Amino acid sequence: MSPMNNCETCPVHNKANLIKLGLNMEQVDFVVAMAGNPNTGKSTVFNNLTGLRQHTGNWPGKTVSRAEGGYVYNEKRYKVVDLPGTYSLLSTSTDEEVARNFILFGQPDVTVIVVDATRLERNLNLTLQILEITDRAVLCLNLMDEAQRNNIEIDERTLSKELGIPVIPSAARRKQGMNELLNAIEEVATGKFVCRPHRIKSRSSKINHAIAEIAAKLEAQFPGLPNTNWVALRLLEGDNSIIEAVRSGELGHINASESGKINTGVLTIDA
Amino acid sequence: MDPLNTDLKKEQILSAANTIRWDLGMDFHDTVIESIYEDASRIARKSVKQKGDKGAYSMDLKIDRIVTSKWLGFPLMFVMLAVVFWLTIAGANYPSAMLSAFLIDYLHPVLNHAAASIQMPWWLAGVLIDGAYLSMAWVISVMLPPMAIFFPLFTLLEDLGYLPRVAFNMDSLFRKAGAHGKQALSMSMGFGCNAAGVIAARVIDSPRERLIAIITNNFSLCNGRWPTQILIATIFIGSVVPAQIAGLASAGAVVFVAVLGIVFSLVVSWGLSKSVLRGEASAFSLELPPYRPPRILQTIYTSMIDRTIFVLWRAIVFAIPAGIVIWLVANIHIGDLSIAQHFIDWSNPFALVFGLNGVILLAYIIAIPANEIVIPTILMLTVLNSGLSGMGAGSGVMFELDSTADTASILHAGGWTLLTGVNLMLFSLLHNPCSTTIYTIYKETNSVKWTVISTFLPILLGLAVCFFTTQIWFMIMG
Repeated sequence: MSPMNNCETCPVHNKANLIKLGLNMEQVDFVVAMAGNPNTGKSTVFNNLTGLRQHTGNWPGKTVSRAEGGYVYNEKRYKVVDLPGTYSLLSTSTDEEVARNFILFGQPDVTVIVVDATRLERNLNLTLQILEITDRAVLCLNLMDEAQRNNIEIDERTLSKELGIPVIPSAARRKQGMNELLNAIEEVATGKFVCRPHRIKSRSSKINHAIAEIAAKLEAQFPGLPNTNWVALRLLEGDNSIIEAVRSGELGHINASESGKINTGVLTIDA
Repeated sequence: MDPLNTDLKKEQILSAANTIRWDLGMDFHDTVIESIYEDASRIARKSVKQKGDKGAYSMDLKIDRIVTSKWLGFPLMFVMLAVVFWLTIAGANYPSAMLSAFLIDYLHPVLNHAAASIQMPWWLAGVLIDGAYLSMAWVISVMLPPMAIFFPLFTLLEDLGYLPRVAFNMDSLFRKAGAHGKQALSMSMGFGCNAAGVIAARVIDSPRERLIAIITNNFSLCNGRWPTQILIATIFIGSVVPAQIAGLASAGAVVFVAVLGIVFSLVVSWGLSKSVLRGEASAFSLELPPYRPPRILQTIYTSMIDRTIFVLWRAIVFAIPAGIVIWLVANIHIGDLSIAQHFIDWSNPFALVFGLNGVILLAYIIAIPANEIVIPTILMLTVLNSGLSGMGAGSGVMFELDSTADTASILHAGGWTLLTGVNLMLFSLLHNPCSTTIYTIYKETNSVKWTVISTFLPILLGLAVCFFTTQIWFMIMG
């Protein structure tokens, strides 16, 4: 990472702007979801932002239920939801369902995707799936210290341009990159940075055509739905929970204006 | 729009999707996934550059080849576990002694004097000080130090990245038992504390396998039971072999009991997955994470808060009422004898069939809050029941002796034999979980049924095992 100490005047480095709220999350302005593959340091980033001490550990699957915390940055209140780590959002396990339902129905204002810089390609699979669902995301390129040790170099600008979202290199265990991350979250949440998320390009025209057909019908039925193409694809794949959401009309409650304020009951996974 | 019309439109969308799905062909799902992978790979190629060799990961691979190898994997695991336990037991002795010197030897008499000086009725002082306070003091001084050592050590192994390797090694064994490979993790955690082990079972997604992990967690010999095992093995096993190998033999006996616990864990898991919790072991992908240098201070802090204090608090909450009950049963007399003595006399014939005695049964019932107070309760009840004079601290007052020899003489006076010792070791492994764990099981499963099963299944197994041991013993010894 580039030396950070020569930009003290930059507002990004004004730590005084950050107040960690811990569990105090009343009247939030923005909801931030933390998603990512297992064992990429999501909980560590979460702890750094909120001042909470959610247990972290070096093994996949540490966060078993949803953890929530809050912080204030530049006088805006943020609620952060730490989602369980998953490899995909195809909803084959409880974890994937929890993560996906929150991003879809919880409508976070910003989704922070925490990825392992040393295993970028594999982590991008999940990233791309998340970008199919939500428009507003920040990529937290974590474990940069390990990547450096392993002689891996990542061109953040290219990555950011390809994904269409801000990319913030970080080393959360050493608390590096956290201020840049806070700033990027703010920019996306307030609309200062307009994401142009990558959409899957290598699909056949036949599939694209089918998606367009269903999407048009969905658009007519659920105006304002922000991710019609993705929902259409899930319907084509016969995804039961999405079919159910169409049938019950739950899908209709999602629209851009109400983002982040919906409290769905789909997230409780207490056995 | 009227609701009927809306429903119709929704169904139209769904049926349109169904029709098109058939047109798209069988490999549709795969092509969708492939297109994601293709894009991911293209973006990664554009933005990632690998300079020179792979650096540290080749080292990780080398370590993994050793710790997950067919021949060295298991022995290394046992060595690692043995080191953790040795550090826990050896390291806990000193702080335990200090805490007990302060809370029990110093503060307990002070409280008694204070009670006497304000002329508190003897029974109230007994209930509050000899019952509630002493039981709490015992739990803190015996439970806190080992937990404060074990949990951070365990968490350090976790932070380092060793635990997923343990799961990897144990996976095939658990899979054969119809359970989840990650049960290895909750099982290892159970060696520290079953309540923590039950919570750790949350890492298992499938409810069926999670229940199996919860029910069988009690077969991991927890910290509270290791001292009992060591003491009884030293007194009864160590004394039947030549003095030079006494230490080795008693240590071997304790390890045997612990391994027996693992065997029971696997066998019961298998039994459950073939009967009430029928099903196939679910596949899971477990990425072996890179080894990372553990962050020591943070680890100590979080494991203290998340595990040690949490578990200790629950134990204290249960220990206080139990202390009151222990004091009351030893001090309320019906006729000439206390309730405790009535129960002991009444249950003795039954207990002897299992090679145990009434004192042990009563101790396990009233010391349910924590396995740590079983031995002090047994000693108190034995002295009470056999009318030994000059021993102990008075009826209803739990105590422990500094010297193993004194403990041995009390137990021998109480009619204990080698068989009683062996059976106590077995019963200590196979009996109901402590009340903290039972409560945790209820919290985690939200089901009375499974809580009851988890509680009584081990007792039944324990009684069966003790019964057969005793009968075979008598057959051989004639």
